[in-house]
Amino acid sequence: MRAFAEAALSSRAGRVQRVFSPGGIEAWLVEEHTVPLVALEFSINGGASQDAPSRPGTATLLAGLLDEGAGPHDAEAFHRALDDKAIHLSFSADRDHISGHLQTLERNTEAAFDLLRLALNEGRFDPKPTERVREQMVATLKRDLNDPEAMANRAFRAAAFPDHPYGRAVRGELATLPSITRADLDDLRKRAFARATLKIAAVGAIDAATLARLLDEVFGAWPELPELVTVPATSVANLGTRRVIELDVPQTTIRFGRPGIHRRDPEFIPAMVVNYILGGGGLTTRLFHEVREKRGLAYSVYSQIQSFERAAMLAGSTSTKNERAAESLAVIESEIKLLASQGPSEAELDKAKKYLTGSYALSFDTSTKIAAQLVHLQQQGFDLSYLDERNKLVEAVTLAEAKRVGERLFGDGALLVTAVGRPAGM
Amino acid sequence: MQPGPFLPENTLTPSAPAGGRQGTGPITHSTLENGLQIVVIPDHRTPVVTHMVWYQNGSADDPPGKSGIAHFLEHLMFKGTKAHPKGFSDLVAELGGQENAFTAYDYTAYFQRVAKEHLATMMGFEADRMTGLILTDDIVTPERDVVLEERRMRTDTDPAQQLNEAVQASLFPHHPYGTPVIGWGHEIETLDRSDALTYYERFYTPANAILIVAGDVDAAEVERLARETYGRIPAREKPPRRFRPQEPEPRAHRLVTLADAKVEQPAHERVFLVPSYTTAAPGEAEALEVLTHLLGGGHTSLLYRELVVERRLAVAVGAYYMGTSLDATRLWIYAMPTPGTSLEQLDEALDVVFAHLVEHAIDQADLQRARTRLVADAIYARDNQASLARWYGASLATGLTIEDIALWPERIEAVTAEDAQKAARKWLDKRRAVTGFLLPEAVAA
Repeated sequence: MRAFAEAALSSRAGRVQRVFSPGGIEAWLVEEHTVPLVALEFSINGGASQDAPSRPGTATLLAGLLDEGAGPHDAEAFHRALDDKAIHLSFSADRDHISGHLQTLERNTEAAFDLLRLALNEGRFDPKPTERVREQMVATLKRDLNDPEAMANRAFRAAAFPDHPYGRAVRGELATLPSITRADLDDLRKRAFARATLKIAAVGAIDAATLARLLDEVFGAWPELPELVTVPATSVANLGTRRVIELDVPQTTIRFGRPGIHRRDPEFIPAMVVNYILGGGGLTTRLFHEVREKRGLAYSVYSQIQSFERAAMLAGSTSTKNERAAESLAVIESEIKLLASQGPSEAELDKAKKYLTGSYALSFDTSTKIAAQLVHLQQQGFDLSYLDERNKLVEAVTLAEAKRVGERLFGDGALLVTAVGRPAGM
Repeated sequence: MQPGPFLPENTLTPSAPAGGRQGTGPITHSTLENGLQIVVIPDHRTPVVTHMVWYQNGSADDPPGKSGIAHFLEHLMFKGTKAHPKGFSDLVAELGGQENAFTAYDYTAYFQRVAKEHLATMMGFEADRMTGLILTDDIVTPERDVVLEERRMRTDTDPAQQLNEAVQASLFPHHPYGTPVIGWGHEIETLDRSDALTYYERFYTPANAILIVAGDVDAAEVERLARETYGRIPAREKPPRRFRPQEPEPRAHRLVTLADAKVEQPAHERVFLVPSYTTAAPGEAEALEVLTHLLGGGHTSLLYRELVVERRLAVAVGAYYMGTSLDATRLWIYAMPTPGTSLEQLDEALDVVFAHLVEHAIDQADLQRARTRLVADAIYARDNQASLARWYGASLATGLTIEDIALWPERIEAVTAEDAQKAARKWLDKRRAVTGFLLPEAVAA
């Protein structure tokens, strides 16, 4: 990993090996033996956007059940097998992907991959653990039912993507979670667990030959092609509207957004730079300065660009006491319009580029962070060379380009806004 | 998967389990003439460093009536000095650095993560604001509003956090751990510039600070750079002794309930007053650590097996020992009931598990699994320089030594079934505990 983060001195990509198993499965590997650990991350297409419209939460339930019994082990025995060797194994689902996360001490690598193989090929979905995980999902949904941030997100999602899979709840709905059947789980597993969309990265004390052999053992039995439902491209709807959801709390949580520029779009890099200046950059952004530092309106205020497989969004959030919530929103709207019409200054652009290039190395200082980055790059369809090109692309952004892409990103500044609380005058 | 816990008011503290402790090279500890301690944790895998300064004062050192001042000052520390009138956040960002700070009960820490060639610059910045802070009312007043918004966001909109505040206040009726780190709202509202500067003068001294540098560095180089920056700060008198009133032996179990119309999912917590790594007799904190893991460490733990899997009284359960603490601390059990299970039923079931634990021998396989996982945490920790820096900082700031940290895995390995059982018998005494019930409004009559 030493040279890995040292883009200026040598190639970051040069430390990554593309490993192909005898069975034809590809993984990106950073071999590094300083610490006796192995991390493996992988993802496949087929997250919540594959849930039946009447049964949101299916992918999340499936992911939650993969470590709840497999092959000869019931749920308890499976967890015991993991814990006896201190193996960390978990699965998750988002809108577009189901992901797996494995971390093990080097000495337990074989056992860890074998448990992963069982989870992915011989998951049992026994009735008891299925009900248990379902109840846990229900409890989480209930806990979030009147949580301001969760409420603002729910309302935003529904208004932004009506009649689209992205408008549905990734973690399911209280009313319909009970109706998800074993057949639904089996169906999603059968349709999604396939090699064509599989992206894998491994980091740590493992060599290419060992990894290649283990990849075939874990994933070799999967079919080549998935059978996924096509998700149509979409964009944030209901721009220019505000939805206020009443809740008896002293502070209003505001979520705002509009269409973004996708990670795969040729103008993503300048868009990232412009968003950094608006609200993406921690303690130095325009929103932070205007909303927090100057006016004391909020503890947290930010904006970010989110890329799903079939949509991109500029989205942000803040929380201000009810009496001044309208003022926070007005400041945010005005800052977005200002940046859209005037563009950033040369000094702002310069600072943004310096931060974004200088901080890239900080994303590569632990095994799990590196593995996650490498899977992400593969999901977005980038080559290894991107690891070395990325900072050059940031450095190449001109002021004219930043201004033009800012105009595209912020447009007329119209936002979809959801607000939870009792905001005065909103 | 389990729904996440309702953590006690630790939102401002690093979530560091007390464990895990070795970098990828020899870890060194030294002290400058002005009293500043220096710890270097080498990790040469990537050319990145984590630079932290820990001050050995936290919210539990707030003067009476001034709760929240440690945390408020932490915010104000970003506002500027004579040398950097607008603060240095812009300069850190221009170097590609990430920075932040956090306040906990026992310490306040500031950190930057940067490419290694910028370490000296960060040390210069941080040394500068150890003595050079400048505050005006124009800066202090809006920032106090920011802190009040932070409190509203974390606590005033969340019944679970409000219950936690009440539980902690009941567990510590005398010791300042009973006051939330962020402070009580009505006292935050009164904090001003002179409160902040008085506090700053008192605690922000070299002898009260611990410098932790983790990453691609070597000890001699860090010490040289530290002399050129922090070393120029004149020594002050001895760091202020932290005088905190200690809790008497608790004699009464306390039940705290909070009912709110916003609660749809009830929750249960029970917090015991127990010794910390700093206050415990030798081996006792390690026994509590193993005991906690046996009880609530994931899907193979006793409570999960009994309450979630077997009896289906809870959908989630867990345990947490806040062992890294200057004074007597908390061992904390949380659970969320299944639909149709009352919190009283859950509470009784918990007592049954505890009673069984103190009367029957602990299963050797369970014990070994708990020890294995704890010791493995120390190896997993070596993959993350920022987490390692936090563990060392939190440990040293609460009176432990780097030798304690190095010896931690063997001390955990040495915990026997009898030790864990003895700890349960002694410390999981209901008279030492506060139980918290989070309820929907309709149920609370």
